[in-house]
Amino acid sequence: MLAKRIIPCLDVTAGRVVKGVSFVELRDAGDPVEIARRYDEQGADELTFLDITASSDDRGILFRIIEQVAEQVFIPLTVGGGVRRVEDVRNLLNAGADKVSINTSAVVNPQLVADAAARYGSQCIVVAIDAKQVAPGQWQVFTHGGRKATGLDAVAWAKKMQDLGAGEILLTSMDRDGQKNGFDLALTRAVTDELEIPLIASGGVGNLQHLVDGVKLGGADAVLAASIFHFGEYTVQQAKQFMAQQGIEVRL
Amino acid sequence: MADIAVIDYGMGNLRSVQQALRTVAPEASIVVTDDPHEVAMAARVVFPGQGAMPDCMRELDARGLRVAVLQAARSKPFLGICIGLQMLFDHSAEGDVAGLGILPGEVVRFAHDLRDDQGNKLKVPHMGWNQVHQGVDPQPPMGGAETVAPSPAGGGGLGRGSVAAHPLWQGIDQDARFYFVHSFYVQPKDAALVQATTCYPQPFVCAVARDNVFAVQFHPEKSQSAGLTLLKNFVNWNPV
Repeated sequence: MLAKRIIPCLDVTAGRVVKGVSFVELRDAGDPVEIARRYDEQGADELTFLDITASSDDRGILFRIIEQVAEQVFIPLTVGGGVRRVEDVRNLLNAGADKVSINTSAVVNPQLVADAAARYGSQCIVVAIDAKQVAPGQWQVFTHGGRKATGLDAVAWAKKMQDLGAGEILLTSMDRDGQKNGFDLALTRAVTDELEIPLIASGGVGNLQHLVDGVKLGGADAVLAASIFHFGEYTVQQAKQFMAQQGIEVRL
Repeated sequence: MADIAVIDYGMGNLRSVQQALRTVAPEASIVVTDDPHEVAMAARVVFPGQGAMPDCMRELDARGLRVAVLQAARSKPFLGICIGLQMLFDHSAEGDVAGLGILPGEVVRFAHDLRDDQGNKLKVPHMGWNQVHQGVDPQPPMGGAETVAPSPAGGGGLGRGSVAAHPLWQGIDQDARFYFVHSFYVQPKDAALVQATTCYPQPFVCAVARDNVFAVQFHPEKSQSAGLTLLKNFVNWNPV
């Protein structure tokens, strides 16, 4: 049967992998190409690169990183950050990305999701949603790296993105990001139950049980984590072995 | 004259395919081309495809590549990938469009509201790493206990009554995982075409072959070592 995917996430700025707490306080984690190669060797199912500054200077650096990784690593690569136009999607695909993640621009211009999916296929369009709890059982979409409230309901928004042609949703809980106290399982469950397309849970992984919970309780199709892998707490292989012991189908 | 032509009809990203081929065949000349003449001249042909099948058919014809694809599929080692597999068949339910009709059969969509044996929703597209069961007989649905004895030396499992394992499976473990992303799959009319099946949750055909043609639903270029092995086998394949 289909395996649940483990996806290490590399937040990249100025050519380095960094990791913050709730979208601030960045800490250096190393060279992206080296880290990508390491995770590939450990059995990562995909890799996600997020250009968290997306300034024009950094853009060239990001392209070179993606090109280098794509030459050495033969698993799917998702790249996001600063994708505003269909040309941005094309440029990232040409650099070696297999999927492109759209976040803020999907809110500013939902037609971009439809246009990009129509042009390149839904299989390569991921819509990233940063959500924050605003009331019990209610989550709102935030943009611009979590700084701007949109008033949009996260569940309804995910559904709308699916209808516009997104192939997959990357859902990050802003409340949990970098906190290491586990995914927001209620959020994950609320969104995944409404979707026909796969959902990647993100934000809050601090130990391996959190990954298991994201799949078993949250209903995620894939789990994304950064800190636990970057700073050597666990390898991807250890994560998969633990999940397999808990009865989750993984690629070992 | 190129050793390998990757057919580019403007649908999807061929860089990954080219990169993976370059890795397994560093000496080979590889062209990514929309020129029918270059396709005709190449020693072997890779026919990838992403996106929706009606768009793929339209773009293929817009570039005048149909005849070149038909000829290549008759005459030289030919590898179809993803939509490049689906387009070989007669017809697709995606957009109710005719395919190239090289192989008999239909392309159909996964059912809505699929569930696994524990009642969990199975998403569509079928996306991620799933097991590829070599041979004509499907593995049991729901990923239950393996009933077909693994063949010695890894790979090349033989289905009941099937002929010897296809050379493209050489060195690839039975039930090895490959990366998939698709919502439609092929239903060949001729069971003899089937080279492998995958369960989601029921078995579907994920690889077919006939003579010089081999085609897969998964993405070998994104399936790490198993995928690279399959591509290397293709590059070295000399069908009679």
